[in-house]
Amino acid sequence: MRLELVKRQEHSRLMVVVSPILAITLTVILGGGIFALYGVSPLEGLYAFFIEPLNSYWSLEELLVKAGPLILIAVGLCVCFLSNTWNIGAEGQFTIGAIFGSIIPILYPEWTSGFALPAMILMGAIGGMLWASIPALLKTRFGTNEILSSLMLVYVAQYLLDYLVRGPWRDPDGFNFPESRIFDSAHVLPKFGDGRLHLGVLIAIVVAILIWFLLSKTLKGFEIKVLGQSPRAGRFAGFSSNRMVWFGFLLSGAFAGLAGVFEVSGSIEQLTPVISPGYGFTAIIVAFLGRLNPIAIIFAGLLLGLSYIGGEAAQVSLGISNKMTNVFQGMLLFFVLACDILIHYRVRLVNPREAGNDVA
Amino acid sequence: MRTLLKLATAAAISLGVSAGMALAKDKVKVGFIYVGPVSDHGWSYQHDQGRKAIEEHFGDLVETTYIESVSEGPDAERAIERLARSGHDLIFTTSFGFMNPTIKVAKKYPKIKFEHATGYKRAKNVSTYGSRFYEGRYVLGQMAAQISKSGTAGYIGSFAIPEVVRGMNAFMLGAQSVNPEFKIKTVWVNSWYDPGREADAAKALIDQGVDIMVQHTDSPAPLQVAQERGIKGFGQASDMIKFAREAQTTAIVDYWDAYYIARVRAVLDDTWSSTDTWGGFDKEMVHLAPFTNVSQEVAVKSSQTRDAIQSGQLQVFQGPIIKQDGTVFLKEGEIASDKQLLGMNFFIKGIDDKLPE
Repeated sequence: MRLELVKRQEHSRLMVVVSPILAITLTVILGGGIFALYGVSPLEGLYAFFIEPLNSYWSLEELLVKAGPLILIAVGLCVCFLSNTWNIGAEGQFTIGAIFGSIIPILYPEWTSGFALPAMILMGAIGGMLWASIPALLKTRFGTNEILSSLMLVYVAQYLLDYLVRGPWRDPDGFNFPESRIFDSAHVLPKFGDGRLHLGVLIAIVVAILIWFLLSKTLKGFEIKVLGQSPRAGRFAGFSSNRMVWFGFLLSGAFAGLAGVFEVSGSIEQLTPVISPGYGFTAIIVAFLGRLNPIAIIFAGLLLGLSYIGGEAAQVSLGISNKMTNVFQGMLLFFVLACDILIHYRVRLVNPREAGNDVA
Repeated sequence: MRTLLKLATAAAISLGVSAGMALAKDKVKVGFIYVGPVSDHGWSYQHDQGRKAIEEHFGDLVETTYIESVSEGPDAERAIERLARSGHDLIFTTSFGFMNPTIKVAKKYPKIKFEHATGYKRAKNVSTYGSRFYEGRYVLGQMAAQISKSGTAGYIGSFAIPEVVRGMNAFMLGAQSVNPEFKIKTVWVNSWYDPGREADAAKALIDQGVDIMVQHTDSPAPLQVAQERGIKGFGQASDMIKFAREAQTTAIVDYWDAYYIARVRAVLDDTWSSTDTWGGFDKEMVHLAPFTNVSQEVAVKSSQTRDAIQSGQLQVFQGPIIKQDGTVFLKEGEIASDKQLLGMNFFIKGIDDKLPE
């Protein structure tokens, strides 16, 4: 007896729904096994990891705060990826967005009018777009591989941030420690409730819904998908792939830049050498976990956020190493990708005797 | 009979109350936030050693937890608040980048006590603490000048923040006390922990002819390179002798055990108050690993210097000290204030490297 994968004539609608559930089930089963090996009761472990973070208001707020930037960046990236343009440098656009958005609170802290905050947000988006326009220009003008150029610019952006907070933008009253002054309250995003839930998270979800509308209901959405799946067909339809490269990069850059300014003005409230635990890279995973569908990306962002928050909760309540978080994330992604194969293929059991006959 | 019973109950209650009074708290829950993994064998590892020391010292009186690898960005505030919300009485946040998040969370939880390492912002329920590691670096400088034949040390720096600049100046002052012409060659690796880059820096420095290795980064890699190339060096943050048996001459060891035990004791006794502690050899916050791979003479002189600093007889930053640009930092006999030390952003004369501005 052996297993064989047979390509389906049409992709299975059932499996589209079942495969993520199957993936999560497998993660839970294997994860429980790992907890058992670790000497922790599997039920307790899984509870601490996946349920406990959902049973308090504070924790739910924190989950949204963590997922917000992931969703916002991933939604921009999904437009890019659907059009077959590969922006891997969202982390850099996030960083430049945060830097641009910090110009007002750091260099003009006295300007505390009601226009300051909207101006900061706008500048954050512009910063992200400017940074994203470099690989777009290189790609459309010189045919440079955008994966490499956008990725390399991440490090340039990070060093720029490092230079600013250690040099010219250092807090004058901060004993020469590497961080900027703390933002005035006029430069901080409005918050809801008593926690850290800020306006940026809400905007991320609204943006996801808008992009879903753009992709599924408008001609632009059609253009994006056609150029992504068949550039030749797109050209016959009169769509320009160079313009699409610009569109993808500017849109995803703007969203990443927005996420950056939201993070510094909503969560950190100052500029520090480290402003992101790798949101721009994790968002790539979120985009694919959500199958490049903006609504699914909201859930994917929440799921990945949950795995971080749950890992942290388990460290406190059960004393489990934070390596467990990495293992869980790895398992989840592995199973999601592995189960996806069932959408286009079906598994067939092959009887060796029959197989032998085939050969004969 | 009934009265007797009542009396007995009353006695039992009053006994219970008075027993409770003797110790203000019957159990203290202590939480730690680490910036690295506890397995880094450097900064976070040493803080975790302190946590274990608390558990050993107080036994059932304490319960400890920690969250490791907490990034110094937006995640820090959540991690600290998580400890605050899960019944901890005392929370240590052990990296500079946790300063503002600690202050923010402390404001929301005025009953919980916080201790922030290496920062400068305090509140009614936030103490700060740090170590005068530079005292150890003075001893290292003296040793380096005695051991080195070329009169040049290789110095691997992390970031040009006051902590590191101060350490480099203290090292140079120690070296100059033996050899006024002593030189250092510096490489900045822009990381606290990056074994690959640290090793590359060490190789580059040795190729340039240095014959003793100093590091202000946390991995054992530079020391291992020193051992391969047959020169000596110094461990950093923890005793790294097991990584370089023939190369380590001593190491600056961050030692938090005594401080952590004292602070937990203060919470148990209900005598905790917001303080600012900056201790060196005197408060046992800096240790030097045993002197190895050096002559008896060097070992004796080094422990004498160590003792002199501990007793206050020798001050590391005592004038005359001239800055790199030729201006006077301290006049003859003048001793640097803590404020001058905390914000130190210049090199002293004798260091050729330029501070990244």
